[in-house]
Amino acid sequence: MDALSLHRLHFAFTITYHYLFPQLTMGLALLLVLLKTMAWKTGDPRFDIASRFWAKIFAINFLLGVVTGIPMEFQFGTNWSEFSRRTGGVIGMPLAMEGIFTFFLESAFLGLFLFGEKRLPRWAHWCSAFLVFAGSWFSGFFIIVTDAWMQHPVAYNLLPNGVYEVSSFWGLLGNPEAWLMYAHNMCGAVVTAAFVMSSVGALYLLQRRDEVYGRTFLRLGVIVGVVACVVQIFPTGDLHGKYVAEHQPAAMAGMEGLFDSVKGAPIILMGQPDIEAQKIDNPLAVNKVLSFLIYGTTAAEVEGLNHIPRDQWPSTLPLLFYSYHIMAGLGTYFVALMAVAAFLLWRKKLYTARWILWALMLSFPLPYIANTAGWMTAEIGRQPWLVFGLIRTSEGASKHVGAGTSLFSLMGFLGMYTLITILWIVLLYTAIQKGPLAPDRENAHQSLTAV
Amino acid sequence: MGTLWFWLVAAMLVAYVVLDGFDLGVGLVYLFVARTEPERQQALRSIGPVWDGNEVWLLAAGGTLFFAFPLVYASSFSGFYLPLMIVLWLLILRGIGVELRGHSSDPLWRTFFDGLFSFSSALLAIFFGAALANVVRGVPIGQDNYFFLPLWTNWRTGPNPGILDWYTVLGGVIALVALGLHGALYLTLKTEGGLERRARSIASWLWPVLLLVTLIGLPATVIARPSSLHNYVNHPVAFLVPLVVLASLAAILVATRKRSGLLAFLGSSAYLAAMLGGAAAGLFPVLLPTVGTNGRDLTIALAAAGPHTLQVGLVWWTLGMILATMYFCIVYWLFRGKVPTQLDSYGH
Repeated sequence: MDALSLHRLHFAFTITYHYLFPQLTMGLALLLVLLKTMAWKTGDPRFDIASRFWAKIFAINFLLGVVTGIPMEFQFGTNWSEFSRRTGGVIGMPLAMEGIFTFFLESAFLGLFLFGEKRLPRWAHWCSAFLVFAGSWFSGFFIIVTDAWMQHPVAYNLLPNGVYEVSSFWGLLGNPEAWLMYAHNMCGAVVTAAFVMSSVGALYLLQRRDEVYGRTFLRLGVIVGVVACVVQIFPTGDLHGKYVAEHQPAAMAGMEGLFDSVKGAPIILMGQPDIEAQKIDNPLAVNKVLSFLIYGTTAAEVEGLNHIPRDQWPSTLPLLFYSYHIMAGLGTYFVALMAVAAFLLWRKKLYTARWILWALMLSFPLPYIANTAGWMTAEIGRQPWLVFGLIRTSEGASKHVGAGTSLFSLMGFLGMYTLITILWIVLLYTAIQKGPLAPDRENAHQSLTAV
Repeated sequence: MGTLWFWLVAAMLVAYVVLDGFDLGVGLVYLFVARTEPERQQALRSIGPVWDGNEVWLLAAGGTLFFAFPLVYASSFSGFYLPLMIVLWLLILRGIGVELRGHSSDPLWRTFFDGLFSFSSALLAIFFGAALANVVRGVPIGQDNYFFLPLWTNWRTGPNPGILDWYTVLGGVIALVALGLHGALYLTLKTEGGLERRARSIASWLWPVLLLVTLIGLPATVIARPSSLHNYVNHPVAFLVPLVVLASLAAILVATRKRSGLLAFLGSSAYLAAMLGGAAAGLFPVLLPTVGTNGRDLTIALAAAGPHTLQVGLVWWTLGMILATMYFCIVYWLFRGKVPTQLDSYGH
């Protein structure tokens, strides 16, 4: 593989792996605030115990999100130095703001949230949970602003020495693409957390253990989940799709596998893109739906790839097509599953309907896959541009970092992340097996030594 | 405007080294001073609530460098590719070491994470020292303002240096000793019992070593990069900085004798700040000097981002720093005094 491909793979691998953690912690932060609020309002110790349990899960994932996140900021400079040099005056700003406004906030109040429950008054502990939530959601915002500028550059000047600078601070933060992406992305994070919480709840009910907590987790997970899953598709996904169709027609055509521009374009539910023959093999299509989804009328014409110069096609077209279809297909499944679960919850049958408990328990990996596929859709769809319309991906990599060097560090990260994956599975498995009523570990240890 | 940002980035790096320096230092001396399980827990609890926030200074400084001086960020991060990747792996291992140790009470599990924590802290200290020494010595910047450094070449400074040569290794050793002392003084301040006693004793023999390597390091810098004296000769007031270095070393000694833990810790903080400030004063207005004749120094004028970016940045940067300082005050205040030997909170 050449150096450019390796730099791309390097970033793709490390960012994909990293985002397994924040998507849970951002969503879980919201659920923790809800649990703490219910504990405060009702005075029921069950909610305190539940939030302590989820705080443990949160802490493990947050730590791994932090340690896998640091390499991301470094990699802009190490592997993509030309890109950094030219755009640092724009995207360096939201990245620095993320560090200064959110990492300090999170690091300060996470410690208080995790260790301060007995020392702080109730309101102060609630506030620390809220600030951790706010910090993680602000953090996501600054990252999305950065990516949105690469998707849809706004509020910039090109200076005579070939570098970009911000022309309007609020223009950069107010990039409409950023707000659409942000809504869609944060909703996706809530979906992940809601599925994970319902999955653990379903597990406990199926195992007939900790059933009080199993029911609490299920109820919260399903109620939040059904709302998030619906909002994920409409309006956030819908609006974002229309935005892509307007601003990145090549990406939209690639996502949908549309080669020829047609009026009343069909939506293809499944199939295999054949780039040589410029068609979709074995298509399962529904006529006119795509035109309707994008333009609100079945007669509208949707631009196909053949209308677009070949050098502006997304470079890995089949992967783009599959990513998008996996995301959209899973998103549809999520709505169906959560709607059924919410209906059963309303009818008071959820806790005993074992078939749906099985489905909920087994579905927890799927939002991770859907979120990853969604990001792949956005980032592959942006190709061959690094900054859409301004800088091509091939221009952005570090000039003096060779293929061998890039592979060296990629393999290092593969090894490092294998270790992290093993620890992650062991720790989460242990925490879930011990359950919400497990004695606090440090105290337990101390009482053991006291004996 | 660029000048102001030069000093702001330098100040953030000082904050990073002084703050994360003590928790790295705790990692350095950890295996030697904390012998029993309760002592190890005590040592870890002394940095538990703050190490992550301290490390954020590195990210915040890196981000600020990125937006204020994109060229320097791009050139130095790609040029120092290999050591930076190793630093990243060490940061990962260290974070895991500190935080995951307590998740099992199995002695083997804990020993493994103790080793991870101490090993990665030591190597990080060496790498950070060597990194600063690389910046002071200069790197072979090419026509295109980029460079790429191998990990080592012939171990000499000169036109074809590596990341590691005699001078940068010396920088690594100074950092190792200085942060070890810094961490030991922090433990003296924050803990009690056998841990405090051993931390004090290790500090008392690290002090003369630090004095020795510092006295070697100052003239070595002049040999490695003669032009580093230019600013000092032109502005003799800058010679106050090496005086502060020596004065802070003296303060550490006096304070340790008088058993004033806080004063000794402040002394080593001043030492670290003065060493970094001295390096920055020697470099100014250059951010990354070149060796050889191919390229040019990366100066403030060459590397600064556009004027509007820097102006807008100053507004939110100031606001952000006020907030960050507030958070730090809250956390350190809540966490003031010696670490209790008994836990009184839910530890997750």
